[in-house]
Order: sequence, then C-alpha cells, then structure tokens
Amino acid sequence: MSVELAMAVALLGPLAGAALIALFGRRPNLRDGAMIAASVVTFLAVYRVLPAVDAGGRPELFLFDFVPGLGIRFVVEPLGMLFALVASFLWIVTSFYAIGYMRGHHEENQTRFYICFAIAISAALGVAMSGNMLTLFIAYEVLTLSTYPLVTHHQSPESMRAGRTYLGILLSTSIGLQLVGIVWTYGATGTLDFTPGGILAGKVEGWALIVLLFLYMYGIGKAALMPIHRWLPAAMVAPTPVSALLHAVAVVKAGVFTVLKVAIYIFGVDYLSETGASTWLMYVAGATIVIASVVALTKDNLKARLAYSTVSQLSYVVLGAALATSWSVVGGAMHIAMHAFGKITLFFCAGAIMVAAHKTEISDMGGLGRRMPLTFAAFAIGALSVTGLPPLGGAWSKWYLGLGAADAEQLIFVAVLMISSLLNVAYLIPVAARAFISEKREGDPVPQPAGAAVAHADHDDEGGGIREAPMFCVVPLCLTAVGCLALFFAADDIAAFLAPIAQR
Amino acid sequence: MVDFVGLYNYWIVVFLMMAGLYLVIEHGNLVKKMVGLTVFQAAVFVLYITLGKVRDGTAPIVAEGIEIYSNPLPHVLILTAIVVGVATLALGLALVVRIREAYGTIEEDEIGDQDGPAI
Amino acid sequence: MIAHLPALQVVIPLLAAPACILVRGRDLAFWLALVTTWAAFLVSCLLLDQVMASGVISYELGGWAAPFGIEYRVDALNAFVLLIVSGIGAVVLPFTPRSLLIEMVGEKAYLFYCAFLLCVTGLLGVAITGDAFNLFVFMEISSLASCILISLGPHRRALTAAFQYLIVGTIGATFIVIGIGLIYGATGTLNMNDIAERLPQTGYNRTVIAAFAFLIVGAAIKLALFPLHFWLPKAYTYAPSTVSAFLAATATKVGVYVLIRFLFTVFGVEFSFEVLPTAFPLMLLAVLAMFVASTIAIFQDSVKRMLAYSSVAQIGYMVLGLSLVTVDGLTASMVHLFNHALMKGALFLAIGCIAYRQASFRIEDFAGMGKRMPWTMAAFTAGGLSLIGIPLTAGFISKWYLILAALAADEPLIAALIVISSLLAVIYVWRVVEAAYFRKPPPDAPAGEAPLSLLIPTWILIALNVYFGIETSLPVGVAEHAARALMGAGP
Repeated sequence: MSVELAMAVALLGPLAGAALIALFGRRPNLRDGAMIAASVVTFLAVYRVLPAVDAGGRPELFLFDFVPGLGIRFVVEPLGMLFALVASFLWIVTSFYAIGYMRGHHEENQTRFYICFAIAISAALGVAMSGNMLTLFIAYEVLTLSTYPLVTHHQSPESMRAGRTYLGILLSTSIGLQLVGIVWTYGATGTLDFTPGGILAGKVEGWALIVLLFLYMYGIGKAALMPIHRWLPAAMVAPTPVSALLHAVAVVKAGVFTVLKVAIYIFGVDYLSETGASTWLMYVAGATIVIASVVALTKDNLKARLAYSTVSQLSYVVLGAALATSWSVVGGAMHIAMHAFGKITLFFCAGAIMVAAHKTEISDMGGLGRRMPLTFAAFAIGALSVTGLPPLGGAWSKWYLGLGAADAEQLIFVAVLMISSLLNVAYLIPVAARAFISEKREGDPVPQPAGAAVAHADHDDEGGGIREAPMFCVVPLCLTAVGCLALFFAADDIAAFLAPIAQR
Repeated sequence: MVDFVGLYNYWIVVFLMMAGLYLVIEHGNLVKKMVGLTVFQAAVFVLYITLGKVRDGTAPIVAEGIEIYSNPLPHVLILTAIVVGVATLALGLALVVRIREAYGTIEEDEIGDQDGPAI
Repeated sequence: MIAHLPALQVVIPLLAAPACILVRGRDLAFWLALVTTWAAFLVSCLLLDQVMASGVISYELGGWAAPFGIEYRVDALNAFVLLIVSGIGAVVLPFTPRSLLIEMVGEKAYLFYCAFLLCVTGLLGVAITGDAFNLFVFMEISSLASCILISLGPHRRALTAAFQYLIVGTIGATFIVIGIGLIYGATGTLNMNDIAERLPQTGYNRTVIAAFAFLIVGAAIKLALFPLHFWLPKAYTYAPSTVSAFLAATATKVGVYVLIRFLFTVFGVEFSFEVLPTAFPLMLLAVLAMFVASTIAIFQDSVKRMLAYSSVAQIGYMVLGLSLVTVDGLTASMVHLFNHALMKGALFLAIGCIAYRQASFRIEDFAGMGKRMPWTMAAFTAGGLSLIGIPLTAGFISKWYLILAALAADEPLIAALIVISSLLAVIYVWRVVEAAYFRKPPPDAPAGEAPLSLLIPTWILIALNVYFGIETSLPVGVAEHAARALMGAGP
C-alpha cells in the first residue's frame, strides 16, 4: 500500500465504517464488529504513513481545485501525524469502551450514534492531514456538524439546549471569525497552503496582524479559550464515550491542533515572536488556565469538573503557540498527545463509575475505590498524568512548555504553569483519594428524594452490589492508563519526531 | 410662467398618475384598486403620446405637401402597452371574482379578518 | 438553425403555450411542456457555449436592423441568466404532475402548463432582448403569467396574494415603462446599446435622472429589494410549491438582471455611480435586507414563509455585490444569483415533497420529519446548509466571493456584516432541522416518502448545489467574463 493510498484509506476508512454500521443497523453484533474493524483498519492506515513522515517526507493527496489555485489538499507533516495517530489509536480503544458503555446503559439510537461517531473521526483525521487552511476549515465544520447529534443524543430538552449552545458557539465563531480570517489571509497572500515559516510575513503587519490573530484564535472555538469555552461543559450531556473521545481528544484537540497549525504554518513562529502580535494571547491563555482550574474546583459533577479541567489544559497548547518559541511549540504539540491519553482515561473512569455505580457526583463516590479498584487506580494515574508528575507522560509536555516560557523570557507563565499544576492536584487527586481512603460512615445522611423507598432499598445493599464495570469498559481504561506511563518513556522520540515543526 | 403652462401636458400626466396611485393605495375595495391602476397606466399612455407629438406636425401618413410628421413610434408602443393594460385589468378582475367567491367580500379589511395565521 | 437560436429561445415556449391549450389532455400538455422547457434549456446551453466561444451574438428580429428593429443581444450576462431560467424550468417542470394533483385541481392542468410556459417565455424574453420597450412587454408577460400561477395555490389566500402581486408588479412595470419613455424622449432610441452610446452626448439632464430613478425603483420592486419586498413573502408562501420553487429561483433573478443591465450597460458605470451617488443607498438597502429579512425569517412559524423571507435576504447579497461597483463584486453578485437559484429551488421543491404528505408547513408540524420523510428532509437540510454557506456547497462559493470582493474593495465592515448575517441563516435553518430530527413526531402524523417524481428533481438540484460547490469554473468563469464586460474592462 503506497503512502498516498494509506492516507486515502485513513480518511475514508471511518466513512466506510459509517456506511457498514448503517447497513448492519439491525444486527448489533455485526454492526459493532464493523465499527471495530473500521477503527483498526484506519489506525493501520495512519500508521503506514508514519515511516514516510519520520523520514522527512510530506506525503500529499490532492483532490480537486475549489477556487482556482485553492483546492482540497491533504499533506501530512509531523504535527498532523501525531494528532492522527493519537486520534485513530484512541478510536479503537473507545470503540470497545463505547460498546460496553452503550449496552451497559441501554442507550437508544445506538446506530445513529456510531455513524456520527465514525464521521466525526473521519473529520478529525481530515483536520489532522489537511494541507491548506480551507481543507482544514471544511473538516473542522464537518466535525462540528457530525458531533451535534452526539451531544443531543438523549433528545431531552436539556440536551437540546446544550446542543444549541454547542452548535451556536462553534458555528458562529468558525463562520463569523475564522472564515473571515481565512478569506482575509487569502486576499492578502493569495494562498492558504500550510508553509513552514508562515505565509503572512511581510504581507500583514502591525495592528492588522493582531486583529487577524484574534480572528483565528477566537474563530477556533474548539480550542475553548475563555470566554468562548461554554460549549465544552454544555457538551457533557452527551454519553460518556463522546465526552471521552470527542470532547477530550478529537474535537478539542482538533481545536488546539488548528491553533498550532495556524501559529506555525500561517503566521510563522518567528514572525509571531518578532512582532509580538501574540502577547495578548499569552495572557488570555494564562488566564484561561488558572480560571478554568478554579472553576473546576467548584464542580461536584465529575464530568463537569473534567470538562473545566479540559478547558484549562487546552490553553496549555494555546499558550505554547502564543509563546512562539521552538520549545513551547514542541511542548504544545506534545501536550496534545499527553493530555489526550490522560484525559480519556479520566473520562473512561467517569463513564465506568456511571455504568457500574450510577454515580455522577464526586461527593457520592467516597469509598467506591474498594469496590472498583482498577477503575480508580486508572483514575489516579490519569489524574497524575494530567497534573504533570513523573513518571507519567504529562510531565514532559509541561516541562517543554516551561522551558519555552523561560526561553521567551516570560517567567510569569512559568508561575502560571506551576499554579495550575497545584490546582490540578487540588481538583483531581481528591477524587481518587476519597474513593480509596474515606469510609462511608454509618448513618451518614444520604441526600435522596423523599418517598423513594425503592431507591432506598437499593441503596442499602449498594456496598455489596457495586462491582467493576463490564470488561468492555475496564480494559480500555486500563490500556490508556498504561499508555500514560508508556508516553513518559517515549517522550524523547516524540520530541525528536516533532523537531522539524520548530525548525527555524 | 410660460414654461409652466407650456408643459401642461406633463402636468396632466402627473395629476392622472398621482390620482391613480392614490386610488390604488387608499382604497380597500379591490375593484376600485383596479380602476386606480388603470388610471395610473393611462397616465403613462398619455405621456408617451405627448412625447410623440411634434409641434405643427400632422398624423404620420405620407401625403403631398406635408413636411412635418408626428413621431409614430410612441403610438405603436402604446398600442402594445394598452394590450398589456387590458390583459392586466382582465386578470385582476378575474381574480376579484374568485376572491369574492372565496371570501364573500371584496373589501380588503374584511378579507384580512377572515384568515388565521400563516400555514 | 444555429443562427436563429436567440429567436428560438423565446419562440419555442411562446408557441408551445397556446398549443398546450389546444391539446387539452392533461398528460399530453405535460409532455409538450416538458419537451419545450428541455428544448429551451438546450438552446440556452448552446447560446452560452456560442457566446463564451465567439463573443456577443446580435440577432435582428425579422431582419429589421437595429436600432429600428428589435435586436436580441446575447452577451455573457444574458446567456448566464437564460441558462438559469431555462435550467430551473427544465428541472422543476417534471415535479409538477404529482404535485399538482395534491395542491390543486388536476383537471385543468393544461392551463397551468400554458401559464407556466408563458412565464418562462416572459422571463427568457426579458433576459434576451436588447430593446428596452420589448423588455417591458416580456416583463409583463411573465408577471401576468406568474400571477396566474400563484393564484392556483391550495389555500384561498393564494388569490389575495396573487392580486397583491398583480397590483405591485404592475406598478413596478409601469415605473419601468415611464423610465423607458423618458429615456426615449431624451435619446430618441429604444435599443439599449444605442441608448448607452447616445446618453453621454445628450448630457445627464433632468429627464435622464428622472428616467434613471423610475427605472431603478421599478426594477427594485420587481426584484423585491428591501423595503419594496412586501409582496414577495405572501406570494411565495401561498403559491403552489412548484411555482414558489420556479419563481424564487428565476423571477427575482431576472429582476436583478434588469437592475444590473440598466445600471451598468444602459446608464453606464460613470453615470450610475459617479454622477449619481447610487452605490451607497443600494449598499445600505442591501445590508438592511440581509439583516431585517433574516431576522423576520427567524421568527416565522411557517417554514415556507421563512424561506420566502430568506429570499429577500439573499437578494440583499446580490445587490450588495453589485453595489461594490468592482469586477469582483459583480462577479460575486452573479455567482450568487446562480447559486441562490439552485439552493432556493431545491428548498422549495423539498417543501413541495412535504406538501405531498401534509398541508401544513408550520414548524411544529415538522416534528419528526427526519424519520417520516428521510430523503426529503435530507434534501432540505442539504439545501439549508447551502443557504448558510457551509463549505462544499454552492452557498459557500457565493459567500467566499462576496467576502473576498468586500475585502478587496476595502470594506472590511461589509465583509463582517456578510458573515454575521449568514449566522442568522444558521438560526432559521437550524430551527427546522432541529424540529425535524430531534423532536418526536405526533403519533398520528402522516409518514411515508414522497414519490420519486418529486424526489428526483429535488435531488438533482441538491446534487447541483454540491457540484457547483466543488467545480466552480462554469458560474465563476461566466460571471467573471460578464462582470469584466459590464465594468468596461473588456471581455
């Protein structure tokens, strides 16, 4: 299989999977098998591209011209390669997990769910491999639209409202700001191709550059910079596999990935640091990191806490782009992978707890760790990785980001990173700690609806009734937890692989 | 003053035009609206005819000893426009008949009251 | 044969119209009309090909040389509009037989086909003629015929809508005829090219300015430029869906053509935009149309009425493009003319499919439509996405060129307004999509897909929306060619 063919397979694999899923809609086992097969094929195809990119190649797939001189083009470079690998690998894991979760939860409309899921993955890979800004924009929009039915999956008034927030923010920012930025860029430079060193140098200057950067950064709503982060907590009404893969990995990472792409290949890291156009962005990202962490502290709902944690962590990547040094850019890119593994583990655990114990609030989870040791052990690992402690993957990306901040002589952001780590500890570690340490005391007043006698009866033997979630749920979350560990040792290779994007 | 009176044909046109337009806008009765529309169109016909008139000219029929003819083209144009006007009037009146069958009235206000919200 | 193409373009449907009455039979009349519209489409394709290959075609009707006889003059702009009108007619007509049975009495269908063909004749005639007065006559033919078509709507309100359309349309046409009369008075010719040549010599006196005002206002009524749009929503809402689709896709487009023709060819850029400050008012009205009409569309309970208001907003985009008075702006305007015909046509046809199952177009009655009529609703959604301007649809191309043109003309504010107003489109399209896909249908709601004869035309237009969202060389190429010619920059 040639590299170009592998790219095509990677892009079309999920779509073919979606078609098969639709075809086998009435036979759940066959349908789920088709999904897993598609995910494996997609990953293998993405993996096939890796050696070529590692060797310095930039495989290209050209479809057609759209507006003269501007077409649908896919080019794989290291940054996109990394994102594509992460997304396609985690899709396999999530597929297993989703099967366990959706069946364990007896969700309706599973076929529609899996179809949209597969389309979203295809779009995420499209974002990863896009060769110019327009292709990226199209894939980005497909990603938004295909995830909307996933957010509103339950079709309840609450999820409809959340869906409107989701779509409203993501579409209005992308069409309202990003598209204007793109057309402006095209008007100013006559190209939208991702070019090492950027295309804007000397074409757009002064205030215009800052405005353009603003259009891009706030146009990429998926990066969840404050104050346009609202869609991410809203999206948490979706079933947990969606929150896990899409709103911890594919969708949000597509956002920050786009931020990096724009910073590196449209603006150019050097041009950004020379002109200082991104200084404001550093402060916005820094503020988002700290504020979102503080908000996360106040959330008792586990998924909401994780969502705000994601908002905070995403801004690490944006900060990496804004600092515009080679260290920080590599750190930001690496954080995409590191955080993906950490956060997906946490979400998997949240989902497993929901399936096994039907609990969503952190305050109800005391003592659960003894019943579900694997789940909470994985949670602890994920939490430590997100916090950035060695020997877990998250440590390295923060290290590089810190180096970048020092390099850019912005010491205040070294401090921001440290404060944020402390806050991470404060909001994530207690969840695991309480589950293992705190005993459910006898006679503890348990808040529950009056007159719920049946529920009360359930509650009494709850301690004995809760077991680990089904294997389909537990194995994936253990895998990703191990992945966090493995990434710590792979960091050198990843940094070396990413080095070309930071070359001056 | 001479200019003012000398252009009397245009004043007639303007008066007819405004009167017709006023009828169309003011009246709730659909037939009267059609009357107004016809007057409005007729004003335009007059405008064209007067455009074609050449001072001291006669009817544009070639004859011995006549040097100056009026311009025949506007007349021809207006023949066409009259046909269009008649067609418009016929169609409008036909619609009025159908409206009367459907609503039992040809007063705009009364028609408006009879229907609920848009489908 | 080839030499007589311009005449055939108009004569074929004109002769077929009375023939429809002569044959009487419902099916026979349908087939006759179908063959006619397809023949007209073929002719316009050939004309466009010929124009693009060898430049402007001038045809003297009956052998009388211009400026005395009537000249049919086909340049890139004419050919482009001809293609839109006849193409939409050819796609929409197969939709009618099944749709007619539901929406009106089928017995007198041959009269419908006659009126339809007359309407096509009128619109094609307006687009092809080079003679100002002839343009008025054709405009009235199309306007009277479309009035008949509108009055055939299933609800009795179609009658009042048609009546209002008749009154307003006639006033608009009369304004145009006054303008033409005054121009004739000033220049002594009716041939549009001739007028354009003679106007600079006669000087821009008061007569010419009055003629200009009458013509522009008349055209603005015809194309439903805000705030002269009030006749349009009612007419499109109560007309049979086929008719709404056809008129929304063609009639206002021809209105825009008339505006462009008078502004740029007859009066010329210098007079229209330099001597008189026309650009700014037009731009202002266009922006107002985009915002006010879109906002009204958001608050409509009837989907069909919502689409009608959206048409008013979209006309705003077209006028906005030309009000930039640059080659880019005109190109964008014409590209949108083309693309909007495709998307609005598709959307109204989808509405027609729904009309096959239920009489109501209210949003709450769209609940669960995604399950009840999956193909129809998928088409509606695709058309809606095109209307919003999502990439890979024709609508995106329009927006792209419009924004590019606005930025190139140093109007970043206008670019921003274009973008913001398309977000309003997101809202009103999404209200329908949400109801159709994420609300449970009432248990007694009628279900079942529309027949293929309705679905196929709808999906042809949707496919074209996607096709022209990817392969843009036809509309963009022709529009650019036409825009250069209009701006006097040579072909």
